[in-house]
Amino acid sequence: MDFDLMFTSLPKLLSATVVTLKLLSASLLFGLIIGLLFAILRLNKNIFINKFAYGYSYVFRGTPLLVQIFIIYFGLGQIEYLRSTFLWVILKEPYWCAIIAFTLNTGAYTSEILRSAFQTIKPGIIEAGKSLGIPNKIIFYKIQIPIAIRQSLPAYGNEIILMMKGTSLASTVTLMDLTGVAKYIISTTFKPIEVFIVAGGIYLFMTFIIHNVIKYLEKKYSFYS
Amino acid sequence: MNKFKKTILTVLTFLFVIGNVYADKIKIGTEGAYPPWNSKDSAGNLIGFEVELANELCKIMKHDCTIVEQDWDGMIPALVSRKFDAIMAGMSITGERMKTINFSQGYADEVASLAVMKGSKNEGLKTMSAINLSDVSANEQATLDVLGKAFKGKTIGVQTATIHQNFLESGLMGNVKIRTYKTQDEVNLDLSAGRIDAALAAAVAFTDYAEKSGKGVILTGPTFAGGDFGNGVGVGIRKGDSKLLNDFNAAIDKARDDGIISKLAIKHFGFDASM
Repeated sequence: MDFDLMFTSLPKLLSATVVTLKLLSASLLFGLIIGLLFAILRLNKNIFINKFAYGYSYVFRGTPLLVQIFIIYFGLGQIEYLRSTFLWVILKEPYWCAIIAFTLNTGAYTSEILRSAFQTIKPGIIEAGKSLGIPNKIIFYKIQIPIAIRQSLPAYGNEIILMMKGTSLASTVTLMDLTGVAKYIISTTFKPIEVFIVAGGIYLFMTFIIHNVIKYLEKKYSFYS
Repeated sequence: MNKFKKTILTVLTFLFVIGNVYADKIKIGTEGAYPPWNSKDSAGNLIGFEVELANELCKIMKHDCTIVEQDWDGMIPALVSRKFDAIMAGMSITGERMKTINFSQGYADEVASLAVMKGSKNEGLKTMSAINLSDVSANEQATLDVLGKAFKGKTIGVQTATIHQNFLESGLMGNVKIRTYKTQDEVNLDLSAGRIDAALAAAVAFTDYAEKSGKGVILTGPTFAGGDFGNGVGVGIRKGDSKLLNDFNAAIDKARDDGIISKLAIKHFGFDASM
C-alpha cells in the first residue's frame, strides 16, 4: 500500500470534488424544477398531459444513466443538422451535456417522488382549507406543496445520494470530476487501489453530509415536533 | 465403495489434467478498440495485427494462448494484478511504463500524427514531414514552434494514458487544451463532430477511421517519433516473469527472421511497420 500516493493525490481529488459538486447542485436544482412541473402534470386530469408526463418518467427511469449520457453526448453530436443550430453551443460542451443528462434523469425520479407525496395528502386537509374559504391556489401553494415536500424528504434524500454517485459517469464524457481525476492519476501511477480508496472515501464523506442534512430537515419539519 | 473410489480418482485425474493445461496456458490482454493494431469484428471476435501476431508467437513458443479483452486505462493494473500474463495492445515502450512492467523487444513501430477535419484552418500545415524528439534539431524546434502557434489555446483530443497524452502534457507543443478519452473511437467521434479542434494518435488510427467512416479526417503537420513517443511497440510482461519475457523475445526474433511480422504488418497497416 502506497500511503504516500494516497496523501499526495488527496488535494488533486479534493479540487476535482468541486467539479462533482457543481454538476450535482446544478442538476439537482434543474431536476427539482422539472420534477415539480412533471409531478403537477401527472396529477392533471387530462389524459394526454398525464400520459405525456408518465411517458417521460417511464423512459428516463427505465434506461441506464450511462446510456442517456452517451446518447446526449455522442449520439446528438453525430446529427449534422444539430451542429448548425444554436443548440450546438450548449451540446458542444461536455459539461452541459452531462448536466442535461443528469437533470432529465433526476427530474424523472423527483417527479415520481413528488407525485406520490401529493397523493398521500389526506383529502380532509384540503377540505378543511376549502371550508375555511381559502382559494384553491393558496391551498396548493401554502398547504399541498409544503406537505408534499415534507413527505418526500426521505425518498428525495436517497435520490440526492444516488445522483451524487451518478455524477461519476461524467468522467465518461471527458469531464475531470472526482472519478475522472482518480482515473487520470491511476493512468500515470498504475495504482488503482490507493487512489480509488481515497476517492471512495470522499464520496462516502459527501453521503454522510447529505444524509445528516436530510435527517435534520426531516426532524425539523416533522408533524409531531 | 468401489464406485466412490472410481469417481474420486476420475475427478482427481481430471483436475490434474486441467491444472497442467492451465500451467502452460498464457493469457494475453488486448484492447480490441485500436484498429488496425487490435479491434473487433461485427460478431465481437478480436481481430487485427496484434491478435494474429499473438497467435503466431504462441505457435512458435508452443504455448496455448487465449487473448482477452481489457479496457485501455486499466491495462497495466490488470497485468500487475495477474488478470493476464502479457500485454499486446499497441503499447509503446516508454520509461514511465518500464517503472511498473517490463517490455519485450519491439515488434512494430509506427509514427504518431495530428489530425484535423477537412476545411480546418490547420489543414496542410507547412512543416517538416517528420520529426524525431530523441534529439531535437533547430529545424525540428522550428516545426514545434509552428505547431505551438497554430494550436495555441485549441482543444486537442487524445486517448487517456497514452504516449500522445504525455507528449501534449510535456508542453513541447506549447499551450494547448488537452481532452482525454477512454477509447480512440471516442476521440474520432468528437473530432468529426467538431467538439475538438484536433486530435493526436497513431497516424494509422486516423487513416483507418477516415477510410472506414468516410468522414473528412485528415493528417496535418509532421509525424512524431522518439522522446515521449517511446521506442516501438513491445509485449508488456510483469516484472519478475523473466522466463516468459525470454520466450517472447526469442519468438519475436524467430517471427521476424521468418518474415511473419512484416507479412502481417503489410496486411494490416498497408506498409511494413515491423521492427
